[in-house]
Amino acid sequence: MAFISSGYNPKEPMKDRITDIGPRHYEEFYPPVIKNNKGKWLYHEILEPGVLMHVSETGDEVYTVRAGGARLMSVSHIREICEIADKHCGGHVRFTTRNNIEFMVDSKDKVEPLKKDLLSRKQPGGCYKFPVGGTGAGITNIVHTQGWIHCHTPATDASGPVKAAMDVLFEDFTQMRMPAHVRVSLACCLNMCGAVHCSDIAILGYHRKPPMLDHEYLDKMCEIPLAIAACPTAAIKPAKIDLPDGKKVNSVAVNNSRCMFCGNCYTMCPAMPLADDVGDGIVLMVGGKVSNRISAPKFSKVVVAFIPNEPPRWPKTTDTIKKIVEAYAGDARKYERVGEWAERIGWERFFEKCGLEFTHHLIDDFRDPAYFTWRQTTNFKF
Amino acid sequence: MAKHKTPMLDQLETGPWPSFVSDIKREAESRAKNEKGVEYQIPQDVCEDLLGLLELSFKHGRTHWKHGGIVGVFGYGGGVIGRYCDQPENFKGVAHFHTLRVSQPAGKFYSTEFLKQICNLWELRGSGITNMHGSTGDIILLGTTTPQLEEIFYELTHNLNQDLGGSGSNLRTPSDCIGQARCEYACYDTQALCHHLTNEYQDELHRPAFPYKFKFKFDGCPNCCVASIARADISFIGTWRDDIRIDQEAVQAYVGGELKPNAGAHAGRDWGPFDIKKEVINLCPTECMKYKDGKLYINNKECTRCMHCINVMPRALRIGNDRGLSMLVGAKAPILDGAQMGSLLVPFIKAEDPYDEIKEVIEKIWDWWMEEGKNRERVGELIKRQGFQRLLEVTGIEPVPQHVKEPRSNPYIFWKEEEVEGGFTRDVNEFRKHHQR
Repeated sequence: MAFISSGYNPKEPMKDRITDIGPRHYEEFYPPVIKNNKGKWLYHEILEPGVLMHVSETGDEVYTVRAGGARLMSVSHIREICEIADKHCGGHVRFTTRNNIEFMVDSKDKVEPLKKDLLSRKQPGGCYKFPVGGTGAGITNIVHTQGWIHCHTPATDASGPVKAAMDVLFEDFTQMRMPAHVRVSLACCLNMCGAVHCSDIAILGYHRKPPMLDHEYLDKMCEIPLAIAACPTAAIKPAKIDLPDGKKVNSVAVNNSRCMFCGNCYTMCPAMPLADDVGDGIVLMVGGKVSNRISAPKFSKVVVAFIPNEPPRWPKTTDTIKKIVEAYAGDARKYERVGEWAERIGWERFFEKCGLEFTHHLIDDFRDPAYFTWRQTTNFKF
Repeated sequence: MAKHKTPMLDQLETGPWPSFVSDIKREAESRAKNEKGVEYQIPQDVCEDLLGLLELSFKHGRTHWKHGGIVGVFGYGGGVIGRYCDQPENFKGVAHFHTLRVSQPAGKFYSTEFLKQICNLWELRGSGITNMHGSTGDIILLGTTTPQLEEIFYELTHNLNQDLGGSGSNLRTPSDCIGQARCEYACYDTQALCHHLTNEYQDELHRPAFPYKFKFKFDGCPNCCVASIARADISFIGTWRDDIRIDQEAVQAYVGGELKPNAGAHAGRDWGPFDIKKEVINLCPTECMKYKDGKLYINNKECTRCMHCINVMPRALRIGNDRGLSMLVGAKAPILDGAQMGSLLVPFIKAEDPYDEIKEVIEKIWDWWMEEGKNRERVGELIKRQGFQRLLEVTGIEPVPQHVKEPRSNPYIFWKEEEVEGGFTRDVNEFRKHHQR
């Protein structure tokens, strides 16, 4: 195919260059009903799972139909979203923080045709293209990271386990039977570009083997002091290594017993890869939240130290999540988030009710804050 | 006929949830057929190679992407992530597969016209695969080659009036909740502030001058739908300081069962009739509410604005009128020293254009962090290392009890010399006149 120039001239990169203009202004993209009623909304109601009504003091109403999306999305799929938005929503659409797609209409009679249209669209294998739901006390879309589709440090895939988990949790995407909303998130390594550490249920990719050392190339590929400084536990030190051919090279040595498998060294030094088919897998964390409602925001806690990667459908991971969700749904009080429930019944009871094994891995031994997580009272449950 | 066999990925094409595998296959097919006669600027079979490479990762249980190389557009130090595959001979289409982060509009509202322009550009000059959106908020364009980067940037800026987002040790693309655009809880205009600061700090966003990444996130109320308190170096969370507005008639309608509690969020199960005592009064964390003789009373002075009662009875209770936001500083994910939640720095500040007071706080924090922060040290870690007092000092903010959950339980106060009468310089010989050796 022939090269098509955009108009950019590599010989004169600064000619007509436009920089620092930022994103498009949001007001260009508001649907009229939003533009006219911004700041005037009185109240909202969830009419049914996936359908919201917002009522303005002007008397206007906006109806939102929320559809799930794989955040990994082709332009063909986006064009289909546009086709729907053109047909039903006057050419406007929005996305949510949790990768859902929101189609908005300005009267109630437009909701059913829109919903019907969304639910009628399926992929060749029968998957919904636009499942409707993700509202209220249910389980909405999983926010996640890149995984094996595009990242260099993952300890698990992202889109794969998310698809598998959402298939298992699908009914709760389309209904609202939970005691409170349940936020599930996935980060494929503990860099957590997904910031899953405050989720009701967090799926986290984790390495369990210290880095391999590519001695022959290490000094050529990396700044050794940066690799050493990158280690949070000071497990890396400089070393002179004799290569099999007799050559002496500058490299590093790793104190394996101090390694916390964070991969930070690998981020700084590509000659220290950690990834391993057996070593890598999934950590499950639960009980986090970001809302300030009733109780303060909380971090998620590790409740399963390791589940192997099981592509393509990660059955042990999804089974365990389902088990936790069902125990919570059956036992928690109305409005109680997973973490609040666990704290009320006690974590000893949480493990019992969820049928999870408690192992030494779950006791914090990372620096000072660890102490505050041990039990310093005689109050506990048998 | 698919270029690579993908038996494992194919198993992700069933089940109810949208399948990214089916979607990538759809794009692969569209490119192979090329019914519109697009002059693809990167390999036509890029999506097939992407699936083939991903299948290999499913088989090996390991990623096949290498570290990012240094690629970008002229004059920017962010917005492009270099990406190369480690099996370039077998998967030529994705040998070079760089990402562009495109700064999303505040609130993530779009016109289809704009989205179609993005699609056309990305079909021509990239893989046609995106993330809508990345975790930080950007539109992510996944996979193109180095020669296309400047072309894409030129088209974005010249034809789409659209810039790239942040990556690396920069201000990352700020993001916000839906705010006043469609939410009655929003205490300030999140889109306005997000857009304003994004544009104000384009230089910080595009040119790395920071020790590490820095994130702004804007939540309109303490429900925190964009999770700012957990993941933003500065979170801007809407709040108010006067009284919750009560509509007693609507309270009665909730009590009488005419209105559904929590806007119908619990409709999927029979929780029994609504009980205002049990579901609102007794769950109030400050016990500042009572319900007597058919009337609801709130002792607003004791309220901490947790949103529970408002969430449960949105038609009866509304946020106050004297609104602004709280600024919390230092949240981050666990790398390296463990996760941190944002700590309250500014309890209340008005959010009014041109936001000068807010910018003053931001810039003082940046000056300190750029001076004192170590390489790859987030501002939250610097606060831990040098102390919250230091943050107060550099921002010139007076300490108030609102800054702490509880006062310290150790007396190891780092008294400053100027705080202690007479200073630290003393004469030991004078001392010895009264105290023998």
